Amino acid sequence: MDNALWAFGRVSGIISLLLFTGTVLLGILTRSGRPLLRIPRFSVALVHRNIALLATVFLILHVGTLILDSYANLNLVDVVVPFLGSFKPFWQGLGTVAFDLLVAVVATSLLRHRIGQRAFRAVHWFSYAMWPIALAHAIGNGTNGTSPWFLLLSVGSLAVVGAALLWRVSANFLETAKTRQGGLA
Amino acid sequence: MTETLHIDWTRCDGRGLCTELLTPLLGRDDWGYPLVRQAGGGGRGNVDIDDEYAGAAREAVQLCPKLALSISNQAPGVRDRRRPRTSR
Repeated sequence: MDNALWAFGRVSGIISLLLFTGTVLLGILTRSGRPLLRIPRFSVALVHRNIALLATVFLILHVGTLILDSYANLNLVDVVVPFLGSFKPFWQGLGTVAFDLLVAVVATSLLRHRIGQRAFRAVHWFSYAMWPIALAHAIGNGTNGTSPWFLLLSVGSLAVVGAALLWRVSANFLETAKTRQGGLA
Repeated sequence: MTETLHIDWTRCDGRGLCTELLTPLLGRDDWGYPLVRQAGGGGRGNVDIDDEYAGAAREAVQLCPKLALSISNQAPGVRDRRRPRTSR
């Protein structure tokens, strides 16, 4: 049973990270206001939300199984307070920081209509911090974190997210960027 | 019952989600902003929504990335934001 929990704890963390990578990419695409090939904008926004929630489910499973697992020796305090763990406290703490940020991002997303756009947006920006912190946690804390295949996956993810970020800050990011710039000329 | 979809132009950024969901009612200008095809009561920021589009309008309100949309049940032409809540 312990081996199963350990194995599931590890694989659910990896799945969660991959889904968060997809979430960040879809979030950036949503922000650009562009459809994805034939998928309309509102569908891209919904897929962004649903993949984020799926990633959150896998993250809860990741944390939940490792609380029950005796190797990880994780307690409830470690889930919310970073850097107190017994096994690689720094790298585990990064996971806790990412988890805390995610709780804030998900809560404010679900309550967007209540708390208003400004608060939602301010907290949503923390996603850009959460993703690299989660990746660092995976590399530093994961049993497979420094395996060649995982490092390759990490470098690939970093390249894709980095490219999306460069696009995000570029002048032609918005679907309507060209027209709107033209209007000012 | 006719509902009115209200576009808050101070919030709208022309991201286009509402124009996809309500294509028969909302066009899109060159800058991406929605163009009301048939203005409801209160001008070009209001769209009359009949039952056929009630669901799509609700989704547009939910999904608008700028929270620029709202729905009121008021009959077209008499919508007034200062009206007391109790009369709803």
